[in-house]
Amino acid sequence: MPHVLVDRVTVRYSDANAKQAALDNVSLQLEPDQLVVALGPSGCGKTTLLNLLAGFLRPTQGRVLFDGKPINGPAADRGVIFQDDALLPWLNVVDNIAFGLKLQGLEKHQRKASAEATLKQVHLDGFSGHMLWQLSGGMRQRVGLARALASDPAMLLLDEPFAALDAFTREQMQELLLQLWHQTHKQIFLITHDLEEAVFLASDLILLSPRPGRVVERIKLDFCHRYTDGESARSIKSDPHFIAMREHVLNLIFAQREPIPA
Amino acid sequence: MISTELAHEQHAFEIPLLPRHEEEASATPSRRLSTTTISTLTIATLLVLWWGVTSAGLIAPLFLPPPQNILIKFWQVSTHGFMDSTLWQHLGASLARVFSALVASVLLGIPVGVAIGQSRIAKGILDPLIEIYRPIPPLAYLPLVVIWFGIGEFSKILLIFLAIFAPIVIGTANGVRQVSNNRIRVAQSLGATPWQLIRHVVLPSALPDILVGIRIGLGTGWSTLVAAELVAATSGMGFMVQSAAQFLVTDVVILGIAVIAIIAFGLELGLRYLHKRLAPWSLPNRDLG
Repeated sequence: MPHVLVDRVTVRYSDANAKQAALDNVSLQLEPDQLVVALGPSGCGKTTLLNLLAGFLRPTQGRVLFDGKPINGPAADRGVIFQDDALLPWLNVVDNIAFGLKLQGLEKHQRKASAEATLKQVHLDGFSGHMLWQLSGGMRQRVGLARALASDPAMLLLDEPFAALDAFTREQMQELLLQLWHQTHKQIFLITHDLEEAVFLASDLILLSPRPGRVVERIKLDFCHRYTDGESARSIKSDPHFIAMREHVLNLIFAQREPIPA
Repeated sequence: MISTELAHEQHAFEIPLLPRHEEEASATPSRRLSTTTISTLTIATLLVLWWGVTSAGLIAPLFLPPPQNILIKFWQVSTHGFMDSTLWQHLGASLARVFSALVASVLLGIPVGVAIGQSRIAKGILDPLIEIYRPIPPLAYLPLVVIWFGIGEFSKILLIFLAIFAPIVIGTANGVRQVSNNRIRVAQSLGATPWQLIRHVVLPSALPDILVGIRIGLGTGWSTLVAAELVAATSGMGFMVQSAAQFLVTDVVILGIAVIAIIAFGLELGLRYLHKRLAPWSLPNRDLG
């Protein structure tokens, strides 16, 4: 039994675009040791896929199983990180990170200790008392990551987490994500429209086509393993193999494009 | 939902790039007056003009008594009273009514606002009721309140309550509707129960709008006071001004109006301070000191 099973899932929204399914008969298997990245242009149903896994959405047809059980809604075993950090501005950094633990009813000193430890993992030690408006976009996104990690979920779901960050911060965040993946062994599912990010991060890259949303290709990659084995991010990204793979993936995406009507 | 959240966030974290006033734009070191100084000068000029025309005998004291008479009256009404109560007793009676109405409005208005903001059915039921009575001037339904509830203290507080209630409900519902979808989804993914969502995410997110609702409500409530105290009151600022007018005691009328204005200004400042303390993240200028 795979850890996550998306079994012949179709999702149709009840609006004007209902003719075309957002996801059309999609089947996927995700395993605990994988970092799965779903890549595709906007409208390809990658957000729909993430919403299914998070439990924000139910399939019109088919089923989604997590650990063998159907997903019935959002729960603490699947942490979510969005592009906008969705942090709580009335809480300071450490209280934001401890928020999930508070909801679970942990004692104050316990959750503080746990949140401080997670803060270290995202390299924000020393910022626990800061308010969010004192942080940069990248730091806020790290707080978001730490908040999801603090509740110790089995799986992390990231919805274009670094899309709003500047290029330099984004590179750092990608590296941080791989470090966290390596340290915590969390199963990760990430969606992005950033080609280079997808090829760099993914252990399993899933290409989706737009309207109707289908899985075009699933590719096993090892650039993320090279990073966790100690090679530098820049050396990987400038490697001819990396560039060739990037162009290959790009061609696969372009092959899905509808021809521009004359 | 997302677009409103973005607009809100941009507003909240906006750094003013362009100076808003001319005086800030010009870097000339010439003598410039601060806005507060200009405002103070305006008030002072008005007072001097008032003192001038009344001292010169241009206006009869019945129409406009000189400012010094008002000060003397202030002392007399404070110590000896007017219509069986001192100024402080009148003021105390008025403030007690407004604050009772405020407490009731907050206790009822916030839950009703949350319900309207969260549930389509609650919105369908409650929204029209509030929208029907809200635009009616309190003086228009005052007779009905008297017929139904008599001329006691309850009717007066009810009238002020109705004035404060609507803005608090509307402010709360607005704030609740604008809570970012992602904020709610993240909290759900952290295991929040529906009640925890309201308590720990929805209400704090809506707090800035609730505070604005309270501010607007308290403003209208305070202005409804005079109407409320027309109902057979024997004390209160509105009553004091009304009965002074009937006996053409113009200085007490002006004194009453001045005190009402100063209290209103004080309430506004107090609530702004409260907003700064309770929800600093929602203010464009987060100078935390």
